[in-house]
Amino acid sequence: MGLALAAPLLLMAITSLKSQSGISFSEGWTLSHYGEVLGRASYRSLFLRSVLISGAVTLVTVALAYPMAYFVAFHARRKFIWLVALTIPFWTSYLLRVFAWKIILGFNGVINSGLMRLHLIDQPLEFLLYNPFAVVVTLAHAWAAFAILPIYVSLEKIDRSLLEAASDLGDSRFRRFLRVTLPLSMPGVIGAAILIFVPTTGDFVTPQLVGGTKGTMIANIIEVQFNAVGNWPLGAALSLVSMAMVGVIASLFVAAARAATRAAR
Amino acid sequence: MKNRALFSYALAYLAFLYVPVLVLPVFSFNNSEFIAFPLSGFTTRWYGALAGDTAMQHALGNSLKVGLVTALLSTLLGLTAAKAVTHYRLRGAGAALGFISLPLFIPDIVLGISLLLLLGASGLPLSLAAVVLGHMLVCVPFALTVLIARFEGFDRNLEEASADLGEDGWMTFWRVTLPLMLPGIVASLLLTFITSFDEFLVAYFLSGTEATLPIYIWGQLRFPERLPMVLALGAIILTASVGLVVLAEYIRNLGVKKPMVGA
Repeated sequence: MGLALAAPLLLMAITSLKSQSGISFSEGWTLSHYGEVLGRASYRSLFLRSVLISGAVTLVTVALAYPMAYFVAFHARRKFIWLVALTIPFWTSYLLRVFAWKIILGFNGVINSGLMRLHLIDQPLEFLLYNPFAVVVTLAHAWAAFAILPIYVSLEKIDRSLLEAASDLGDSRFRRFLRVTLPLSMPGVIGAAILIFVPTTGDFVTPQLVGGTKGTMIANIIEVQFNAVGNWPLGAALSLVSMAMVGVIASLFVAAARAATRAAR
Repeated sequence: MKNRALFSYALAYLAFLYVPVLVLPVFSFNNSEFIAFPLSGFTTRWYGALAGDTAMQHALGNSLKVGLVTALLSTLLGLTAAKAVTHYRLRGAGAALGFISLPLFIPDIVLGISLLLLLGASGLPLSLAAVVLGHMLVCVPFALTVLIARFEGFDRNLEEASADLGEDGWMTFWRVTLPLMLPGIVASLLLTFITSFDEFLVAYFLSGTEATLPIYIWGQLRFPERLPMVLALGAIILTASVGLVVLAEYIRNLGVKKPMVGA
């Protein structure tokens, strides 16, 4: 298993140091792809945008899912039914779930035709689709289960007597939440954030379907290098740089979240 | 009242999750090639067209094959790894676990591309077997998470009791370990199968000419006139998956109850 992962990644590093000539790689080594990836302003802004979009997706998904998970863990009577109800929408094709948002946000989509029927607007709203906002909404929907379940599990594990103790010692409900519940549920929140941030940076499907030109992400460019353009070494360099970037951001985030949790206690 | 506010939020959130998904079956019965409102009458012709689409059926067959093999292999690997980690205090177990979980921190597209390069370098063809390999990288961490959770709640005294009562190793495994592990195994099989069945990014780079279902769907999204048929397919997948989950839950309950009588 270790070899199955290490060998391909090593090969990717080797490939990124070659250069493409025709359908094969030329002899000799070069760092020029890294120079291009790190030096060109268009790539830099693309990396920045991808991180910002994935970061926004992570934030929105976790923030929306937290109250839901909190409700199921602490207030729902039939937890199991709620959990099943929350996961059923994810049992159909990811591609089609993403595509559904194109139908909803589109020119003749659910929102536009609904608003026109109500005579609230005369022209279809065009700002709904083909922008980063559409990408964020779509991904916040597509990855919701990856936020709800880890957060629910960590909330469910909290020893209820700790909450009573906090109340007995005079904490208001809000303070109790901030000082006990939230810090103790942080492992779930961190897990959810990683489970969402990492894969969404590598998704080229959603930007392509609903993102338009302003919502293009780094994965789109990588995909193009491997198929349409056929510059594998450049694609490999782009992949490695984005993987390193995701890794660094994810570990910084985990460290920061842990530090913040300790400080809150 | 705080609870009421939370409850309303929960309902609103549920609507946010369901509305986009329910759009699929609604338009799969819509009598128009255009996926737009207003709806224009009821039809089942898209489902009929689906029944005659051999490319789709071939892709479905491929996805089922890849999903089954991936689920079996990932769960088997996950079982051995989970047992090694939870039963024995191995040196370096933490590092090994970390390494196995590493794919969780790597975007799927990078996994797909790096395997594509590996196949290219070793001269192996792109194939469904390559897709299985890629899917296992994605699925083993999931299988391991589910199975370790189950192993940790496992009372080893039961195995020892079985040995004391004269069962040999194989019978102990068959009559004690397996029934107790079954819910975890079923959960792992289900999770890995569904993950593989729906996986697109890795399969996109590795499948070559043999399309899996998500790749077939991706190809269809470019042809507007074929979209209603794809939506019908989505509705069928949704229905079948819900059925599968209900069935798995039923089996899981059976698996829990039986050994509990003896325990």
